[in-house]
Amino acid sequence: MTDADLLRLGRLKANLERRAAIFRMTRRFFDGQGFLEIDTPILSPAIAPEKEIIPFESEGWFLTTSPELYMKRLLAAGYERIYQIAHCFRKDERGRLHNPEFTLLEWYRAGADYQGMIADTEQLVFGIAGQLGFGDSVKYQGMTVDLSPPWGQITVRDLYMQMAQWDPVANPDPARFDEDMMAKVIPHLNPHRPLVVTEYPAPMASLARLKPGNSQVAERAEVFIGGMELANAYSELTDPQTQEARFLKEIEQIRREQGRDAPLPRKFLESLPHLPPCAGIALGMDRLVMLFCDAASIDEVMPFTVDTA
Amino acid sequence: MDIEDARKGTKILLDGVPYNIEDAEFMKPGKGRAIYRYRLRNLIDGSSLERTYHSGEKLQEANITSREGQFLYREGGHYVFMHTDTFEQYLMDERILADKQGYLKEGMVIMTMFLGDKPLDITLPIFIEAAVTKSDVNTRTDTVTAQMKRATLETGLEIDVPIFIKEGDYIKVDTRTGTYVERVVTKK
Repeated sequence: MTDADLLRLGRLKANLERRAAIFRMTRRFFDGQGFLEIDTPILSPAIAPEKEIIPFESEGWFLTTSPELYMKRLLAAGYERIYQIAHCFRKDERGRLHNPEFTLLEWYRAGADYQGMIADTEQLVFGIAGQLGFGDSVKYQGMTVDLSPPWGQITVRDLYMQMAQWDPVANPDPARFDEDMMAKVIPHLNPHRPLVVTEYPAPMASLARLKPGNSQVAERAEVFIGGMELANAYSELTDPQTQEARFLKEIEQIRREQGRDAPLPRKFLESLPHLPPCAGIALGMDRLVMLFCDAASIDEVMPFTVDTA
Repeated sequence: MDIEDARKGTKILLDGVPYNIEDAEFMKPGKGRAIYRYRLRNLIDGSSLERTYHSGEKLQEANITSREGQFLYREGGHYVFMHTDTFEQYLMDERILADKQGYLKEGMVIMTMFLGDKPLDITLPIFIEAAVTKSDVNTRTDTVTAQMKRATLETGLEIDVPIFIKEGDYIKVDTRTGTYVERVVTKK
């Protein structure tokens, strides 16, 4: 073991202890509400085809990029409240907030919509802050963040009209959307409060259903805290034809633009006719730990990153 | 090269000019396209600039290598070096060496950075030892402090040295700051 390794691991101990405490509190939060903890495969024959999420492939199999498809197959089989803390893998994602292997918390509720998942998230995060002795507020990177619910909400359209002076719902442009998200939106969010951004443009719906009565937007929400994108919630799309059409379009784009073959997740699509109305959310556990450890980088909340593994 | 393979320290070419990636910031909206923000250092004139790239874009990698070379002698406006492994000679313009000229002693072995086979820059050792070839006996009014005086080294560099330093003495100089460190007692 090198001196650098010894020093680093010694320095990380307090954060890793807090990480373990946060994981325990998270499990207690869901167990206490009758959720079932689930483990689904890390190695999968097919994953959700997503153009901007590059999977690791091995022997014709994929390392999971998210447990989402398996979780929904369980919902389709009648499981009503389930959660999972899963290691996920996404190629080439490395930076202050990214490591190619990271930990996602996902939970799902039959009968709920995405607002229900946001309410859960508020209770979960606020509850952990209290149990860790922070009270209502946590200090993150020099800013005091008041975590008390309810958190403010704003639609994508209003947010972009305010901060980037254009309407991504009327004029969908995913490339410009991402660029402005990083350059014009996130750096200028109020650092003292969490923010929930709702109603994503329909072309960015992914696996979310469109809003009943307004097919221009999807029932999708993202939670931002301390300049970090923490969680992504959907009212789940349950219509097999629409979902298959979205997947096929994505698969075609992936083939054309990246020369990559992405299989259609057939077993998932076959389960969709049985999927009840439901909602789910994925939350970056490493980032949640960063928030409560006042850590500037994901490297400070995991013992081994891709650079030290 | 693919943008995904570039790292801090990767050398790239922009319009034929070599740059070092000094700082790299990776950003990505959860379901969105990755953005790479780089601070780039121009390896020829030292200026810096910021550039933003996206996943899927390509970079032109600069074929930068470092090789050991020995400084032989100065000729006109050029410095003549020799590869220590092949004994081939190469020239560097004094304008490229700029301030580093004052630390080059004949026979000295240094690392040279090449773009293809064109020498770009040299890496000096942190300290060099050199003989004082000229120094005033009396303190002069334009020295930094009363205890220092100007001296010229065998490399041509002029620096401030303590008044007890005599012509013919060897001294150690910090190449990062261009300042006197100490007298070297047992030298030749």
